[in-house]
Amino acid sequence: MKKAIVFNKVKKNFGKLEALKGIDLTVDEGEFFALLGPNGAGKSTLINILAGLMKPSSGSVKVMGHDVTSDYQNARRSLGIVPQELVFDPFFNVREMLRFQAGYFGKGRENDDWIDEVIEGLDLQDKANTNMRMLSGGMKRRALIAQALVHKPPVIVLDEPTAGVDVELRKKLWQFIKKLNQKGHTIVLTTHYLEEAETLCSRVAMMDQGKVVALDKTRNLLKRFSAKNLNLRLDLKGKKIPASIQGLIQITDQNFVTFLLKEITEVEFIISELKKSKIAILDMELNNSDLENVFLKLTGSKK
Amino acid sequence: MNFKDEFLGTWTLLKKELLRFWRVVFQTVAAPVITAVLYLLIFSHVLANHVKVYENVNYTAFLIPGLIMMSLLQNAFANSSSSLIQSKVMGNIVFILLTPITYLQFFLAFLIASIVRGIFVGTCIYLFALLFVDLPMLHPWIIFGFAMIGGGLLGTFGIIAGIWSHRFDQMAAFQNFVIMPLSFLSGVFYSIHSLPPFWQKLSQLNPFFYMIDGFRYGFFGQSDVAPLLSLSIVTAFFIVLAAITLAMLKSGYKLRG
Repeated sequence: MKKAIVFNKVKKNFGKLEALKGIDLTVDEGEFFALLGPNGAGKSTLINILAGLMKPSSGSVKVMGHDVTSDYQNARRSLGIVPQELVFDPFFNVREMLRFQAGYFGKGRENDDWIDEVIEGLDLQDKANTNMRMLSGGMKRRALIAQALVHKPPVIVLDEPTAGVDVELRKKLWQFIKKLNQKGHTIVLTTHYLEEAETLCSRVAMMDQGKVVALDKTRNLLKRFSAKNLNLRLDLKGKKIPASIQGLIQITDQNFVTFLLKEITEVEFIISELKKSKIAILDMELNNSDLENVFLKLTGSKK
Repeated sequence: MNFKDEFLGTWTLLKKELLRFWRVVFQTVAAPVITAVLYLLIFSHVLANHVKVYENVNYTAFLIPGLIMMSLLQNAFANSSSSLIQSKVMGNIVFILLTPITYLQFFLAFLIASIVRGIFVGTCIYLFALLFVDLPMLHPWIIFGFAMIGGGLLGTFGIIAGIWSHRFDQMAAFQNFVIMPLSFLSGVFYSIHSLPPFWQKLSQLNPFFYMIDGFRYGFFGQSDVAPLLSLSIVTAFFIVLAAITLAMLKSGYKLRG
């Protein structure tokens, strides 16, 4: 399998802060890959280095075999990046922006058919001649995605593409991106919506504090960290959860408590301990593990 | 990238920069033309009988090339600097930084756009000025040469200011504390021979003086210093600033972290 992206021992320091601590990561051609991690994990720094917006302190990055520093022109031609921030140029309309963006990559009027296809695919037909500053947030997001696609890059990186986007639009966006992936484009996605990564991506890398803490196929990660969640609504009335089951708590939010179970028999134990402490159970739900559990377990986060 | 792709990339960025100022033509062209015409009306009326300039050249005619060049220089600076600072503050500079456009293409596009805007504003002022006075044009190629190198010099300086600044107030400091004093103390409104010796010497350190003096020579065939010397000094300034700008762009200074 040909490699679409290769990060080789990538380090990035900001003064004394080590933002990336030697990232080794490979994304295969045609993959739908997710890069997950809490804020400050180093995802954006990694993407900025990939895009050439930052230089690594050491290590190298290749896109479709082209080094992003020494062969940056070919690397950037192979890459379409959708930035996280809703940036736009207020002087131009959507179609003008797309034509300019294509032109920077050396693509002229012969590319207009593809621009029309992208506009249609992202449902931007009605707004094609509207000035960028007149668009809603969702429309601006679509225009940003369109801009990243105008030069038909084989690798597309979407940095939080659905942040602030309504459910219907999110669906449409994923349909379009999935279609691109089926056509052979490699997709790299960072998102806070872990269910999106779980549904769409075949492989996941989880980052925390500048390191990759997990890298595997999504189904393998779910299997490896297979566990069930017991969600309880308790009538605590100032009482404390017994120390014997404190270690199983994953999330607490006032009277709502989520326990992470290794075995189903732990349900009985938790209930009996709560009974002993005279804490009444008001509601109960048992869930299977999802990427969020894996993520929380690996990053050690507690909400 | 082949040559055709690189040419198209540069042309696209240049076209975008030209369209950017054209979309706000009242602010970028009409406003400086009106300002220059007001200077012309007021200064020529007030100072015509008080300031001694060249033999056989009346003060109003003397004033016009200086005003044209001053506006040309200020607008060439404003074009590249304002485009860059706006793109940086709004974040849309990434649309260029994510592309295969080289630092040289970037430089050329911003440089040419600045020269075009400067010369366009200057031409408009010239056409307006013809309504007031009959202006000779003895050496059109010298006029064109100084307009090009002057626009290029200030366009380049605008790129440096745009890259260095990351806030609008920093850019305003460039305008107010560098460009304005250098423009007004460059002999736009007087010949430096009318100044005391100390101020004459000081004026000779100002590159704007050489641009305006050489440009004026193109109209009247008279100048405070030899036009070839002015051209050499201005060209030397341009080469130094262009080298600094290219080094900044190549290293990604304040553009790529």
